[in-house]
Amino acid sequence: MIAIIEAKQLTKRVGAKQILHGIDLSLESGRFLTIFGPNGAGKTTLIKILSLLTAPSSGSLVIAGQEVGDNAADLRKQIGVISHHSYLYGNLTARENLLFYGRMYEVPNLEQRIEEVLTEVGLEMFFNDPVRIFSRGMLQRLSIARAILHNPRILFLDEPYTGLDLQAIEILNSVLAGLKDQQRTVVMITHTFDVGLALSDEVLIINKGRVAFHGARSEVGSLAEFQDLYREKVGGKQ
Amino acid sequence: MRHFWSSVCAIVWKDLKAEFRTKEMLSAMLIFAFLVIVIFSFAFDPGAQSIKQILPGIIWVGFFFSGILGLNRSFLSEQINDCISGLMLAPVDRAAIYFGKVFANLIQTTLVEAVALPVFIVLFDFSYAGSWLWLIVVILASTFGFVAVGTFLAALASNTRSSEVLLPIILFPVIVPVVIGAVELTKALFAGASISSVMIWLQVILVYDIVFTVVPFLLFDYLLEA
Repeated sequence: MIAIIEAKQLTKRVGAKQILHGIDLSLESGRFLTIFGPNGAGKTTLIKILSLLTAPSSGSLVIAGQEVGDNAADLRKQIGVISHHSYLYGNLTARENLLFYGRMYEVPNLEQRIEEVLTEVGLEMFFNDPVRIFSRGMLQRLSIARAILHNPRILFLDEPYTGLDLQAIEILNSVLAGLKDQQRTVVMITHTFDVGLALSDEVLIINKGRVAFHGARSEVGSLAEFQDLYREKVGGKQ
Repeated sequence: MRHFWSSVCAIVWKDLKAEFRTKEMLSAMLIFAFLVIVIFSFAFDPGAQSIKQILPGIIWVGFFFSGILGLNRSFLSEQINDCISGLMLAPVDRAAIYFGKVFANLIQTTLVEAVALPVFIVLFDFSYAGSWLWLIVVILASTFGFVAVGTFLAALASNTRSSEVLLPIILFPVIVPVVIGAVELTKALFAGASISSVMIWLQVILVYDIVFTVVPFLLFDYLLEA
């Protein structure tokens, strides 16, 4: 299989602070990678670099077989991001938000696609409602719709379960399961071990800006065994 | 290139749609411009002969100060829900974000000016006999220069804690050439003088507009990354 993400010696320095220290990562197309690590380990920074939101200080990154450089804008078309921030405009309706992002991503048959994704996340009844009246769960569901609107090949999720109600968790799980069935590549950060392990094909533990462990899901065993491994790698913190 | 300009249009559409729904910024800018007019109409005798000399300065103070309110809001609204990251993730050169913001700000600022200018002229009991076409050219060229550099600096200031205070402090020293040029040109037009006598100021403003369109175009990606 061809690696859809190939990172070599990625570093990130912000001011005097070194956040990432030479991260190496290779992920094959269609795999589901879950990233674990304590707060401040550099997980979000790594996802920001891999999703081409920010550039690394040094190191090389290949996405979908192309070295990231001046072509970053084109490569972003293949990437979707769900963060704990929704990236949605409160004064626009759900439809208008998706219309805006759809135009930015040049989504074909946009109106039809908007209806499809809003139905997929269960917000078809709130089509013309302003986003500012949405609850946290509804915001996150619309955020999922925004991220999958352009059918990205790679989806990055940064703690997507934060603040979700039960219905939103079920919708997110269903979307993730669907992406897995479609052989899309998913990279997710979570602090919830059971959820992360249930979905993933591969597991990455980051600690202090370095890869502490990277292996297949089958290598880490049961939830209890993984918790032991995690404690061993990060020194007891969760 | 087609996608670049369609993205610019999408950002303009998004900003204007959100603004016209609430009219938060437009109403604040208009009220501020009217307050400037009222305060200066009390401070100076509207019927005095000297008003021709000072009215251009008063008009541009009103335009620039009310314009600052809109510029400040331009990128602060992108901080809510971290929408700026959503824009930065879009598959388009990030200069499109800059141009989208510039055109949205230009439309809003020009709208406020179009409403405020007749009020300025009526309240100061001034009858304008010069060329309206040249006046519109001067207003558009000066407003573009102000908005082009103001949008860039608003993006810079939005990453700081006291951005609303910082923007006027860093913007006004940079737009001094536009302020002087706009006032001199307007003064000449109000006095009924030929535009050719002050053409040098229009040239200064046009060069300024070009420089402050190209420089942010080249630097905007670095600014967002920082």
